[in-house]
Amino acid sequence: MNPAINSGLNSALNSGMAPVATPWFFYALAGAAVVSGVFVITRRNAVHAALALIVTLLSVAGLYLMLYAPFVAGVQIIVYAGGIMVLFLFVIMLVNIERSSKERTFNRMWPVGLAAAGALMALFVSAFVKGRALFPDRMILLPESSNTQQIATLLYGEGGRMGQYTFAFEIASLLLLVAILGAVIMTKKKI
Amino acid sequence: MVPITTLHYLVVAAALFVLGVIGVLTRRNVVIVLMSIELILNAVNLNLVAFSRMWGNLHGQMFAIFIVVDAAAEAAAGLGILIAFFRNKETVNVDEIDLLKW
Repeated sequence: MNPAINSGLNSALNSGMAPVATPWFFYALAGAAVVSGVFVITRRNAVHAALALIVTLLSVAGLYLMLYAPFVAGVQIIVYAGGIMVLFLFVIMLVNIERSSKERTFNRMWPVGLAAAGALMALFVSAFVKGRALFPDRMILLPESSNTQQIATLLYGEGGRMGQYTFAFEIASLLLLVAILGAVIMTKKKI
Repeated sequence: MVPITTLHYLVVAAALFVLGVIGVLTRRNVVIVLMSIELILNAVNLNLVAFSRMWGNLHGQMFAIFIVVDAAAEAAAGLGILIAFFRNKETVNVDEIDLLKW
């Protein structure tokens, strides 16, 4: 394990930073995420589905905070709830929803889809029950205050050396550039 | 009160994943199919961050950040395709997008 993480862990443990009332927070956030997830896939109106998806994303961001991942939670709120959902709402308002709001919500093969999803859930449940030993009950207390700094070290490197993920980071920027170009070119009327 | 373990987070993520799969397989509106894909990606992210805490290192969180980047690219490209398609066929129903169907 990374020694920096270890020392941060020890200091966190020594300062008596015990999590407070986490079970109730967890159940509230998990319930909000799953219930609004159900709304996302059942609402007829696409705008309502998008608003329910925002609630899901914010609840998942809360779960990230409970997992000592404040940077990922911030990225989730800024990029997902702030960026991607605005994109979705824009597109919902560009394509007309009057026609699709009068038609059937689900396609004709919905029993097959539901059966496939049920089989997938059964697979997950059997994996969790049979592979219980793979998921030990320990929860390591990650250092919260230096989380962003450690992620930056992994991404950008330190002391002039490349970090472990610097190359992947550059590739990701290239991917975003290609996606932006593709979206603009596909949306243009005449190329 | 049972303490919250990794398995709790895995169960929540599995529920979100299955909801996303149901949405992809049964909805007719392309926009909501794309939203269901976002649900699936979120479930995977939750798993990765939970495992990151279980093992006590940050690699899971790094993967989660890269998946967020990927989701942004996917949403932009998918919605671009959707707008281009809507301009040609005036529909957003998956059932009517069957040009490649024999």
